Amino acid sequence: MAKSCAVIGIGQTQYKTKRLDVSMAGLLREAARRALDDAGLTWKDIDAIVVGKAPDLFEGVVMPELFLADALGATGKPLLRVHTAGSVGGSTAIVAANLIQSGVHERVLTLAWEKQSESNATWALTVNGPFTTSLVVGAGGYFAPHIRAYMRRSGAPDHIGTLVAVKDRQNALRNPYAHLKIPGISREMVESTPMLWEPIRYLETCPSSDGACAMVLASEDAAKKAPNPPAWVHGTAMRSEPMQFAGRDSVSPQGGKDAAADVYRQAGITDPRRELDCAEVYVPFSWYEPMWLENLGFCGDSEGWKLTEAGATAFDGDIPWNPSGGVLSSNPIGASGMIRFAEAALQVRGRAGEHQVDGARRALGHAYGGGAQFFAMWIVGSDKP
Amino acid sequence: MRDVAVVAFAQSHHSGEDQGIAETEMVLPVITEIKERTGLSRFGFTCSGSCDYLQGAPFAFVSALDTLGAWPPISESHVEMDGAWALYEAWVKLQIGAIDTALVYGFGKTSQGDLRAIMNQQLDPYTLAPLGVDQVSMAAMQARAYMDRSGVKEDDLRAVAARSRASGRENPFALHLPDPEGDGYDVAPLHPCDVAPVTDGAAAIVLAAGDRARELCERPAWITGIDHRVEPHALGVRDLTRSASARLAGEKAGAAGIEVAELHAQFSHEELILREALGLDDGVSVNPSGGALSANPVMAAGLIRIGEAASRIHDGTASRTLGHAASGPCLQQNLVCVLSGENNG
Repeated sequence: MAKSCAVIGIGQTQYKTKRLDVSMAGLLREAARRALDDAGLTWKDIDAIVVGKAPDLFEGVVMPELFLADALGATGKPLLRVHTAGSVGGSTAIVAANLIQSGVHERVLTLAWEKQSESNATWALTVNGPFTTSLVVGAGGYFAPHIRAYMRRSGAPDHIGTLVAVKDRQNALRNPYAHLKIPGISREMVESTPMLWEPIRYLETCPSSDGACAMVLASEDAAKKAPNPPAWVHGTAMRSEPMQFAGRDSVSPQGGKDAAADVYRQAGITDPRRELDCAEVYVPFSWYEPMWLENLGFCGDSEGWKLTEAGATAFDGDIPWNPSGGVLSSNPIGASGMIRFAEAALQVRGRAGEHQVDGARRALGHAYGGGAQFFAMWIVGSDKP
Repeated sequence: MRDVAVVAFAQSHHSGEDQGIAETEMVLPVITEIKERTGLSRFGFTCSGSCDYLQGAPFAFVSALDTLGAWPPISESHVEMDGAWALYEAWVKLQIGAIDTALVYGFGKTSQGDLRAIMNQQLDPYTLAPLGVDQVSMAAMQARAYMDRSGVKEDDLRAVAARSRASGRENPFALHLPDPEGDGYDVAPLHPCDVAPVTDGAAAIVLAAGDRARELCERPAWITGIDHRVEPHALGVRDLTRSASARLAGEKAGAAGIEVAELHAQFSHEELILREALGLDDGVSVNPSGGALSANPVMAAGLIRIGEAASRIHDGTASRTLGHAASGPCLQQNLVCVLSGENNG
């Protein structure tokens, strides 16, 4: 059966609109070196590299892992490139974890990144296949109607999205790597920003960021030699469903429910709100917090917005969501899922600095992508399962 | 390692011309066929390989997902690589032991874009791509270097192409190309016959573990070794006349005693470099399917090599075969999968 897998090194770059000081290779090296330093390892200790990013159109380079191979320290080693839309950062970490859990490798370096300043992500997301047409512009254009449907069926009042936007930006002020740092962020400030895709306002969306995240994953034997405390992988799950068919619930997709059920089963969790200490969940538009609270089983249907409104997900709430500031504060798309996974691991390693949730011992990392149809999740813990 | 085998393989009737169908429509028949042949409609894991730039839009794999009937939701992943690497990811998943079957597929509608322009965008975007170098020009440099070292002549390359095309004409799924003729070059020293043809196509493979494999296939093609390695991108830091990554992957995969080898050689000289790197002597039957020189659906061609190598075991004509996939300029990345009809389990 599955062998134990631990996160023994984590590295992130500064997330910002443009990293003009580094190439794509330089950006990845920055994250990788920090992860290797955290793990007390050098490039030669690594058995294989798994890299993930979102569509190649985002930077305009076809299969960029090939030109990056030597910068990634991959010469003479196996190199895999994962691409599962917005969920890719999470999927990439899971593929890397599988290489350890299967016993194929002892130490794997996994990285995810996006350097959005080198192209135009909204344009790249708007181009459709040669046999279809679309009036949707960017991800917000796609997701706004689903948010509207959620508001209607849950009875959520209009201000819930604003609360999430403020909360995550307040959390970001504690995170040295976060892209958006807005001192004095308030409901009034969010509500004064333009409406982009009704009901999504400018400050209820994620930014476009350059950035990379890296992790070193290791077997039990390799983890014993690590200088810093590991985070143990307690469960992983991936699920996909078709983008559209009659009757699909794109507000609370079955794939998300199934992946959550699978990862909770592996981790022995029956009540996620009580048994998890914090969660890093992919919330690119503020309204996805209440939506995912329900989809991930933290509460019943139409109850998610009440948790948000009551402050349950705040930094000092009973189940802090996105203590790092989340996707709303930093969004290098291909890396965003891996950042969620890495931040969950940082929390249970007790190494999250100013945004450390006191006593966090079990945490959820979550990512989604496509038309809310691809899901990747893991649960990590301080204790070996 | 857990015993895992290729138990079924399906591929499209590849086309050298745009047939006016979308990638989704190319993928659907092979998925349908492989489900019918195995009697399976659900798999423990599914993984695909494709490249967005072939359709010039993001998320080529999203619409292909529609062909799977992915409902209820499935455990699924995707590599932006040849489907052979999707097979590797699925093999790793099977090694963990929680699942017994996996569906793997790869596809590429190469005809709808300009492949040479697309593959130029694969090069280092800061220093190399702006020069406008294309993959055939780089392959020609490699061919020249290899010929200088080995003494191989243009006619030797042509012989590889002629043999591949003759074999391809015997393969109902490959393009049926005439014997090479004419003296014109594509990029010297490569003649048009030395360059893989633009091809649209798709392929699927089902992997299964242990007893499940024996239930699903009379003579499973057991994976006795699978490995892949990459080299630096820049041509100037590699010995282009040898494939260090193919040699290493072959060693790790245990490529010895091979009867049939299906090599993903997209240029005639690549077959000769790969034969040397993998230690394949003259007794080995190379590319009896016609290889990529007879049909090269980008992102499926490597997976097809593994499928063709497995087919020789399924039909009992060989007991130890090898499937190979390559990626990147001048064989930068190589995967080797060794298959056997013998199983001790």
